[in-house]
Amino acid sequence: MTDKPLTKSSLLLPLIVLFAAIAIWSALWLLKVFPESVFPSPIAVAKGIGEEIRTGRLLNDFVASLFRVTTGFMVAVILGVPVGLWLGNHVRARLALLPGVNFFRSLSPLAWIPFAILWFGIGDLPAIFLIFMACFFPIVLATLAAVAGIPSVYFRVARDYRFSSLELLTKVTLPAIAPQVITSLRVTAGLAWLVVVAAEMIAGRDGLGFAIWDARNGLRMDLLVAGMIVIGVIGMVIDRLLMRLTKIRSVKWGYES
Amino acid sequence: MKAKPLLINDVSVSFGPVAVFGNFSLEIALGEFVAVVGPSGCGKTTLLNLFSGFLKPSRGSVVCSGRVRMIHQDGGLLPWQTAAQNIALGLRDLSNEAERKRQLNEMLRLINLEEFAEHYPHQLSGGMRQRVELARALAGNSDILLLDEPFSSLDYLTALRLRQELARMLEELPRTVVLVTHDIEEAAQLADRILVLSDRPARICRELRISLRRPRELTHPQVVEAVHSVLAEFGLEQDKVGV
Repeated sequence: MTDKPLTKSSLLLPLIVLFAAIAIWSALWLLKVFPESVFPSPIAVAKGIGEEIRTGRLLNDFVASLFRVTTGFMVAVILGVPVGLWLGNHVRARLALLPGVNFFRSLSPLAWIPFAILWFGIGDLPAIFLIFMACFFPIVLATLAAVAGIPSVYFRVARDYRFSSLELLTKVTLPAIAPQVITSLRVTAGLAWLVVVAAEMIAGRDGLGFAIWDARNGLRMDLLVAGMIVIGVIGMVIDRLLMRLTKIRSVKWGYES
Repeated sequence: MKAKPLLINDVSVSFGPVAVFGNFSLEIALGEFVAVVGPSGCGKTTLLNLFSGFLKPSRGSVVCSGRVRMIHQDGGLLPWQTAAQNIALGLRDLSNEAERKRQLNEMLRLINLEEFAEHYPHQLSGGMRQRVELARALAGNSDILLLDEPFSSLDYLTALRLRQELARMLEELPRTVVLVTHDIEEAAQLADRILVLSDRPARICRELRISLRRPRELTHPQVVEAVHSVLAEFGLEQDKVGV
């Protein structure tokens, strides 16, 4: 197996690219391609991150954003998966509601920002609402498609072995859709993280999105880039964490066969 | 158990305008191994679906007394369960935990996959998967085994091996078996009785009995003779006069 050297280069290669990117960034800054007031140096940004950590603002914003994303995302999962299951099993309900689900899925959640503010004011609620609107419909669709696509042979097997209707749900339907649903959770969690930044820029008084907006208003480009870096890194970490779900032994079949 | 656990009486089945069976009757005796061969689309799988209760006939009656288990063409192992968990499904009705465990190990030994108990289906070869499926279907107190082209997706040698294995397993765990196959050799090597079905609407155009102990060699004269007779029925070989 070539596993070991691969893990090594999967760390080393991105690090090389990272250093190259910082080098190009530094070169652009040294050559003064952009005016210094709108193009901070890597060192200034590093100092900015340090400052944000020291003052406790970073932790505060991080907790605020994470709370909103987690709440909006969890509510979308808790409601979206059952709705998807129900629509996947009921043809007439699917016929009736699928166009609506597709409509709202295609509608950018950011279009709801005015209503979010009018209905929920400023703070946690509008952001949670927007994240919910961004995640709910894709989760419904992915669950629905996964349920509708379960090969009928599994249900025939369940019948032969006399599964109860509860077992049909817990031992056939849910494990059968798990791989597809987990994939959609990864996609929508990423979406939630995108939306929270936009929501906080407009309807927030804290959070990482607000921090960026605040830095821009204060012409602190170093803090602005610092915020961008933190947002990107946390997004990656969230995806990594959700990717762990795909390593569960009983769902691996969905990614390997 | 009744002497005729599987009965089809004057059954008609249509899918829209297509009549698959018209006034079709069939009796299968307890412990009998019946193979059904015929052109594709003639209603072989429909026959199994009638027996399993998955399909209700438009007319006539189907009697199926006993616990039925079916083995599906495309594989019916639950991919989110290990080989052992899949086989354990067949033992669900046993209330005694220790007995369940004992029989599970017994089945794993019977199919020679003790070391693969904790493997998931996608980690097994096609032949291993089919063996697990056979073990699951034969585990516990099932009575009737319906096989829908169980070995058709395997390579030739693996399929030959699995035929022997099925014969060996049935020796230890006798069942009433209906095998649907397009493989005439397979039918001749395994079945007590071969039914050759005609095109739609299906009727039995030939019935062959082979009274030879299993496992049988593929080249045994009686097996070869049966293959020839079926091929002749399909017009693929010349019928020998006087045989």
